[in-house]
Amino acid sequence: MSSSEPAAFPTPDRTLALVPDSVRTPRAAVAFDAGVLLRITRMALAHPWRMALGVGATVLAGVAQLFIPQLIGEAVDHAQGLLAGVGDDAAARTALVHAASLILAASVLRGLFTMMQNYQGEALGQLIGYRMRLDLYAKVQALSFSYHDRVHTGDLMTRGILDVEGTKLWVSTGVQRTILLAILVGGGAWLLMSIDWLLGCLALGFAPFVAVGASLARLRLRVLWVALQEELAVLTRVMEENLGGIRVVRAFVSQRFEMARFDTISGRALRLAHRRIDLFVKSTTTMTFAYFVSMGLVLWAGGEMVMAKELTIGELASFLAFMAILQMPVRQIAWTVNSVARTSTCGGRLFEVLDLEPEIRDRPDARDLEIRNGTVRFENVSFRYRKEGKGPPVLEDVSFEVRPGRVTGIVGPPGSGKSTIAHLLPRYYDVDDGRVTIDGQDVREVTLASLRRCVSVVQQDPFLFTAAIDNNVNYGDPWAERSTVRRATEAAQLNKYVDQLPEGYETLVGERGVSLSGGQRQRLAIARSVLPTSSVIVFDDSTAAVDAATERQIHEALADVTRDRAIIVIAHRLSSVMYADEILFLDEGRIVERGAHDVLVALGGRYAALYALQTRMSEGGEPEAEKEARGEGEAGTDEEEERGG
Amino acid sequence: MKAAAEANPALRPPRAVVGSQISFEEEMFGAAFDGGVVRRFWGFVAPYRRQVWIGVAAVLVFTLTQVAIPLVLRYAIDDAIVAGESGADALRFIVIGFFAVVGLNYATNFVQELVVGRISGSVLFGLRRAMYRHLQHVSLSFMDRTEVGRLMSRLQGDVNALQEFLETSIFAIGDFVLLIGIVTVLLALDLELGLLTLSVLPVLVVVRIVWLPRARRAFLRARETSSIVNGALAENVHGIRTIQEMGREAVNFELFDEKAKDNLHAHLRGSKFSSVMIPIVDTLTGIAMAVVIVVGGGMVLGQELELGVMVAFLFYVQRFFDPIRSLTIQYSIMQRAMAAGQRIFEVLDVPVEVRERPDAVPLPREARAVELDDVTFGYAAGHPVLRNVSLRVEPGETVALVGPTGSGKTSITALIHRFYDVWSGAVRIGGHDVRDVRESDIGAHVAMVLQEPFLFTGSVYDNIRYNKADAARAEVEAAARAVGAHDFIGRLPEGYDTVLDQRGGNLSLGQRQLLSFARALVADAPILVLDEATANVDSYTERQIQRALARLLEGRTAIVIAHRLATIRGADRILVLRDGELVEQGTHDALVARDGLYARLYRLNHASFDDLAAGEGEGGDAHPAPET
Repeated sequence: MSSSEPAAFPTPDRTLALVPDSVRTPRAAVAFDAGVLLRITRMALAHPWRMALGVGATVLAGVAQLFIPQLIGEAVDHAQGLLAGVGDDAAARTALVHAASLILAASVLRGLFTMMQNYQGEALGQLIGYRMRLDLYAKVQALSFSYHDRVHTGDLMTRGILDVEGTKLWVSTGVQRTILLAILVGGGAWLLMSIDWLLGCLALGFAPFVAVGASLARLRLRVLWVALQEELAVLTRVMEENLGGIRVVRAFVSQRFEMARFDTISGRALRLAHRRIDLFVKSTTTMTFAYFVSMGLVLWAGGEMVMAKELTIGELASFLAFMAILQMPVRQIAWTVNSVARTSTCGGRLFEVLDLEPEIRDRPDARDLEIRNGTVRFENVSFRYRKEGKGPPVLEDVSFEVRPGRVTGIVGPPGSGKSTIAHLLPRYYDVDDGRVTIDGQDVREVTLASLRRCVSVVQQDPFLFTAAIDNNVNYGDPWAERSTVRRATEAAQLNKYVDQLPEGYETLVGERGVSLSGGQRQRLAIARSVLPTSSVIVFDDSTAAVDAATERQIHEALADVTRDRAIIVIAHRLSSVMYADEILFLDEGRIVERGAHDVLVALGGRYAALYALQTRMSEGGEPEAEKEARGEGEAGTDEEEERGG
Repeated sequence: MKAAAEANPALRPPRAVVGSQISFEEEMFGAAFDGGVVRRFWGFVAPYRRQVWIGVAAVLVFTLTQVAIPLVLRYAIDDAIVAGESGADALRFIVIGFFAVVGLNYATNFVQELVVGRISGSVLFGLRRAMYRHLQHVSLSFMDRTEVGRLMSRLQGDVNALQEFLETSIFAIGDFVLLIGIVTVLLALDLELGLLTLSVLPVLVVVRIVWLPRARRAFLRARETSSIVNGALAENVHGIRTIQEMGREAVNFELFDEKAKDNLHAHLRGSKFSSVMIPIVDTLTGIAMAVVIVVGGGMVLGQELELGVMVAFLFYVQRFFDPIRSLTIQYSIMQRAMAAGQRIFEVLDVPVEVRERPDAVPLPREARAVELDDVTFGYAAGHPVLRNVSLRVEPGETVALVGPTGSGKTSITALIHRFYDVWSGAVRIGGHDVRDVRESDIGAHVAMVLQEPFLFTGSVYDNIRYNKADAARAEVEAAARAVGAHDFIGRLPEGYDTVLDQRGGNLSLGQRQLLSFARALVADAPILVLDEATANVDSYTERQIQRALARLLEGRTAIVIAHRLATIRGADRILVLRDGELVEQGTHDALVARDGLYARLYRLNHASFDDLAAGEGEGGDAHPAPET
């Protein structure tokens, strides 16, 4: 995106975009969305065997677990010799061994089934996470420029990382825990009630209390958590900016101000963190207490009943053992409620993106672009970025033609719509009126892939991938041989620089690699764009940071490559366009002057005024542009850049 | 790979990659214990010493109540329930005892969780604050060579690792006591049965020891692949325009798919490791219970053991694997914390080189001349960047610094503001050595405009008055008007209240530059140090910038690192530097007449002086500090 034309671009609502979606609306943190849960469950059903194994294992693990307290009770009674009759030691011992073997068996089975449940749940979650990651990746690729203009990159990353994690929570643990809980509480209640109704009620009394209390607390914790994340995100940004701009901070001796800013935000975050701890502690400790109170009551009432011979000690022991087993799952109700809330919000946000239809896409009847000679025509094109239609259009009734082997230059003040032309040709946006054609075919009627293969745009501020120079240059045609890459870098006058690097074409560049100067980045972009054999090349102010002499060399070197292609050159610097066959002067979206350099200078209009201005500014006594046009710059003037990094 | 196959019938794999090719994962685990780290970390915990002891006490009492609960059950059974009718009173008494224990359990649980949670949070924030504060003052050469991302990972990840360490350490005391407590009680209740039951413990310990390093490798690998996948996704988001422009969607998708699959498999392997422990622990629990039932039950039958003891054993057996699990996890946490701690204290140990003297004097308002007196200075010992430089800028004079990259221009401006201290010689403002005056006074006297205009997230208004927080709106607007920024600010969606993106991304370079001019104008400092931007802007903006510059220089003492001929010729005096030495000075005409380095540079004739100057300079690349 041309940074010099911000006015031409829609300004997304940056104030909101500063804060990622996930934290903007804490209320949404506790949503429940059956549609989302259903959709994710359906995705899980795409793996029916894993799903069946997982659910089956969960049921069996629950059943095995239910046996254990009963067996403990029996064992206690056997140990007292109650069941076999007092005095029949041998029978009692056999019964003990029998009960012990069953407990061992139940324990082993419970372990094995839980392992299966755990693994299958996790696997399902991962598989779905994998699927969603791929879908999101593909969707990001498919969505049009207009979408990416609107959306903050941080927001998309939040969806790709946190939301994918959150969404799979329901299938990886939520479903299983819900089933397990139903079996344990349901089965347990039935077993205990069938022994003794009152004692059963006492033993399970804590469960509804804990379930409701813990769930409510969890949801409130989640709201606090989201708010805390928001505060921490602000803190991160403040720290990053401070450290990145440390020279400004030092230059204005603003350390005290910066510390005060840090302390304000950090203090707010710490208070939230403490509130979270308070709430968490209150909730969990109360839950544990409730559980123990239930246990105390069971002990008391049960003890009385045993003494009254209404209950055996073994039965009392199995009540207590059952309560021990139930403690964890009841607490997990809260986790499950939480996971439902998280899956609902995260899934909702994720599906929102996945369900978007790209604005720019192939028509159903789109054919491949057929190149005959590569003539580009703009016919009465009008366009605006914001369709709500405030203000004048960015381009209005623009018509021109570029034939192969010819060069069209486009100049004009910032915001006049120059770069927009570069955006409409490869169909990054669709025109509002008129049409853009290549060899007579409307760009909206051909496939995007074939169109973009045919049109290369050299950006002013190119994106470098954190990869080898080789991979960056052959980006448009990864099958290109090294020799082709070399030819392209030669044409862009970058080969000398690359050759003197210790690792040559394998040198890593990009965000964390060797840092290139602005001019070097632009030359890399040129190399990248001339490598594929496209029939139309648009230079979008792509030599602004290259010095004039090097630009001249690039121009000469490119002459070979571009001989039979249609070329559009957009530039601020007139020396970049003065050799063009036709120059269009754009102002407020309209072509106000057109013609060759000499014609326009003779015309004495806007172009001539700009020319006069630029030559005067060079102050060398002789117009800069003319001298550059004669190629008087010395070779290697770019030395400073060459050594950069 | 359909599209790809079409593009290349030979089906040769593409020479392509996605995602960052540079791995920046840091060493995650250090030694399990590093006395130095722990001692220094204690310094941050010490202010909360009292709470720590309260926390530890609560943890201990809490653990004891946990150990006690099955014991109470034992007494309830043996002393009351089994006794029949006669035990009724005893039962009530014991149940009251049970409630007392449970009450204590509740109270101590509350205290331990609250206290530990709160202190570890406070320590985390305190540690982060100390680091951040330190970074505000450390030598700039450290900041120059350290990536912001790295510092951020100290301020976030590493600090979190120490917080986790503090939190789990206190609870680990509880786990340890719990383990000892259970073992002691079991052995005390019945030595023989206790020993038999506990025989499964070593098995678990051995299993954990064998399992842990393997599992950890698997978990690490899963983490690593996740960050690779997320990195590739980030690249897709950030570079989307180039990707669409170059038609790389299909190839990239295939490559991403490979990475996502790797990630999937690494995670599946990780969950195999975590799942496999479940049946092992359950089986061992089952064996222990079976032992208690067969052996203990037999003893009860033979009247050698009380029934309540057997029941208590059954309850203990279900508990005693938990502390072992927690303690082995604690080991990994400690290793991680030690590595993180070393990195944190490394940052805290970076020396602060420039400090205000305790007896620093105020700088009088009328101090306006700038003087370098025989200054020698460098960033690395033995490599001076400036050698015996002497120069004087009179009040109100504009001086242009010219010279090849690495000639020392930026260093001179940095020294005037005392970003660094000189090796020898002195820098004076109005005759006062900058080392003797108050730091804040230098800030008020010297306004700096850096080459890369840096804006902070915040409104345009706040950015312009950055160094003068009490500047009135009218003052800000007047400054914006003076530099010609008012018009475009007015066109922004919310005018002066428009919130700027990080680094001012929603403004053009020229506009950002004008804002930083306005910022310097609001500062209204008598001395201006300006590093002219080299980047090309369009000619309209260029003209605006030149006009704004003229306005900014009015009535100020100015030192300008100049790159443009127009700026250089506009200066009162030109100083030409080469290899850290002042080689020529004078007006443009005088220097041209003199026919030295400046004249040679000038004759090569270029709009941007700097490009040629660099071409001319010798050895300009031996400069350790960036010229930014």
